[in-house]
Amino acid sequence: MQNNHFLIKTIVIIFIRLINGGNKMKKIISLILLPFFALMFSTNVKAESLTLGWAAWDPANALVELSKEFTAETGIEMNFEFVDWTSYADRMLNELNNKGKTFDLLVGDSQWIGGGAVNGHYVKLNDFFDREGISMNDFSDATVYAYSTWPKGSENYYALPLMGDALAWAYRKDWFDRPELQSEFKSKHGYDLGVPKTWTELHDMCSFFQGREIDGVVRYGAALNTERGSEGITMGVTAAMYAWGMEYEDPSNPYHSDGFFNAPNVVEAVEFYKKMYEDCSPPGHSNAYMGENLDAYSSGQVAFQMNWYAFWPGVAKGDKDGRVTGFFANPCQEICAATLGGQGISVVNYSDKKELAQQYIKWFAKPDIQQKWWDLGGYSCHKDVLGSPDFVKSAVYAQGFLDSMGIVKDFWQEPSFVELLIPMQENMHDYIVNGKGSAKGALDNIIEEWEEVFESEGKL
Amino acid sequence: MKKLVIKSKGLSDKAIGWLFIAPTIILLLLINVYPLIYAIRMSFTNFYANKLTQVVKNVGLKNYYKILGKEAIWEKMQITAHFMFWTLSLQIIIGLSLALLLNKKFKGNELLTTTIVLPMMLSPAVVGVFWGYLYNPQVGLFTYIVNFFYDFGSFDMLGSGTLAPWAIVIVDTWMWTPFTMLICLAGLRSIPGYLYEAAEVDRASKWQQFVYITLPSVLPFLLLALLFRGIENFKMFDMVMELTGGGPGSMTELTSMNLKREAFEKWKTGYSSAYAVILFVTIFGFGNVYVKVMNKVKDR
Repeated sequence: MQNNHFLIKTIVIIFIRLINGGNKMKKIISLILLPFFALMFSTNVKAESLTLGWAAWDPANALVELSKEFTAETGIEMNFEFVDWTSYADRMLNELNNKGKTFDLLVGDSQWIGGGAVNGHYVKLNDFFDREGISMNDFSDATVYAYSTWPKGSENYYALPLMGDALAWAYRKDWFDRPELQSEFKSKHGYDLGVPKTWTELHDMCSFFQGREIDGVVRYGAALNTERGSEGITMGVTAAMYAWGMEYEDPSNPYHSDGFFNAPNVVEAVEFYKKMYEDCSPPGHSNAYMGENLDAYSSGQVAFQMNWYAFWPGVAKGDKDGRVTGFFANPCQEICAATLGGQGISVVNYSDKKELAQQYIKWFAKPDIQQKWWDLGGYSCHKDVLGSPDFVKSAVYAQGFLDSMGIVKDFWQEPSFVELLIPMQENMHDYIVNGKGSAKGALDNIIEEWEEVFESEGKL
Repeated sequence: MKKLVIKSKGLSDKAIGWLFIAPTIILLLLINVYPLIYAIRMSFTNFYANKLTQVVKNVGLKNYYKILGKEAIWEKMQITAHFMFWTLSLQIIIGLSLALLLNKKFKGNELLTTTIVLPMMLSPAVVGVFWGYLYNPQVGLFTYIVNFFYDFGSFDMLGSGTLAPWAIVIVDTWMWTPFTMLICLAGLRSIPGYLYEAAEVDRASKWQQFVYITLPSVLPFLLLALLFRGIENFKMFDMVMELTGGGPGSMTELTSMNLKREAFEKWKTGYSSAYAVILFVTIFGFGNVYVKVMNKVKDR
């Protein structure tokens, strides 16, 4: 930096002398060249910077806004690279596997934490947290467990919880409030049309709206996750499976899924999700995830949409008085549970700016910044924010968020989670969307592939 | 100057030839032959490119046994075979028909040729995306046109396991028929006019002219188009990936897409190297036999 200042001074002096003392031609040339040099040095004298990678979605834009304060405070410029959700895992995991230096900070999905830790992609943050007085006790227990620790439940932290999230539901409250629909529903099902308490009620309601004409337009029941390419259908169907009490493995015999993951209650849950897809989806909703569900809902096609809390600020934006849209946590069935979303922020081990990256995390962990994060549309996991008396009243979906975060369950967070996710995606899509085989057969196939992965890793 | 002349005399024509092609050969060795040999070596190991700390073990032919014994792989092969058979058949039949049509002289011939050729100039990924819109069961033009002729109601080309394999066949045929058409057209235009004149003198019918003059003359060109399209469709990836992502379930997951998942999503490098070698041997073997057949046809 000092050298740059010296160079700039020298060049400025040379230019002034040329302009003052040179002949006319030299003056003209000097004046022409001056802007080029200025431009050249303006890039060289750039302040220190960090690059943060995340998925391209609403919360990422909120983080850009929030980070302006960090730049103002520290002078460290923040660059962002946001990748579309469908390529997010591919792009980021390839970057990590190739030991790339593109990112200093990475907001990685919760399932990556195992791989990030075991393969040395993420910096272990315990010493840094101790040094800076950052306590994981200040963050919601469920989010610390899900986003930060590896092995699970240990006190080895590889990320700071950045964005709490869970799968939830939005519904057309304005349709639900219509007296003629309410009475028709009650006479058909014997209970009130309102927020469904169970998946069975959810099915009753979504099939009630399927193909129904409202205001002269044909509407459909629910926009469900059915996407095959990344994680969509898994995140959707597990919302039902968790509610039916699914366990991935034998709690007393880790990595043994047979008899648990394909238990009769799990088979029933998968069959139920297929029934939901067949009875409630709008036509062509066979490869849909976040964006497609949002589109189906915002265009007035469906009565319900399944999606992440992250999108609710955007959905609620044009509906300040909450008359059009209502939100609710994942319905219960045999138990109450919700699919975990959300991410933690990690320092990439291959970055040359680990110290600077840690400065960002230190800044982000401050309670006042966490409050601003929530205010801007990010989902803070800080207990001060979540426990504040105003929190529940601050947004129509805030209570649902709190409820959901207490019952979240996540997919495998093993280092080999991608290998575990792919057969799940393929088999679930094959059964639910394509109608091939049976739910039991699909679950058995998945277990077979999982066992192969665990065997290759010496875990079975 | 004299010395230079003497020196340059020292290089034979053959040596100069080698000198010219040496950079290309080195480049080919580096970017084609070396990775191929490396992949073959990898195919006998349990190497995972994302687990660099894991000890790499030699597993012999285990990866090959595993692949060839896996039912799912054979399913992908069947899907690929279905895709290839129908796309190649349709492209050859429609391509030849269009070429016969455009071989006639009529007003607007050139404009029509240019218009027909347009699809193959598009990026396959773009084609995949916009056909996705055309197939949309609610607002897609394709659905509308089909329903215009017969009211099937709302049907989901990309969401149905029965229709999706045909959806990708239709798109590939739409995109690449112009290619076979152009090659056939080149073949048709190379047939000397006097052959037809002689046939007419002999009072041969149009059908006889087609069977005994046109078809044999254009056959080597057809076979060449078939070879090019066959190789391309065997490794088809981008268009199908954009259009269906391999779904619904795995109904349109071609071998190349499956290989990509194994290699760059599951990171089973050793296993996927074996998979790639099997695919390479398959296409290389078929290609060689085919070229021999093609040469025989040409010699006739």
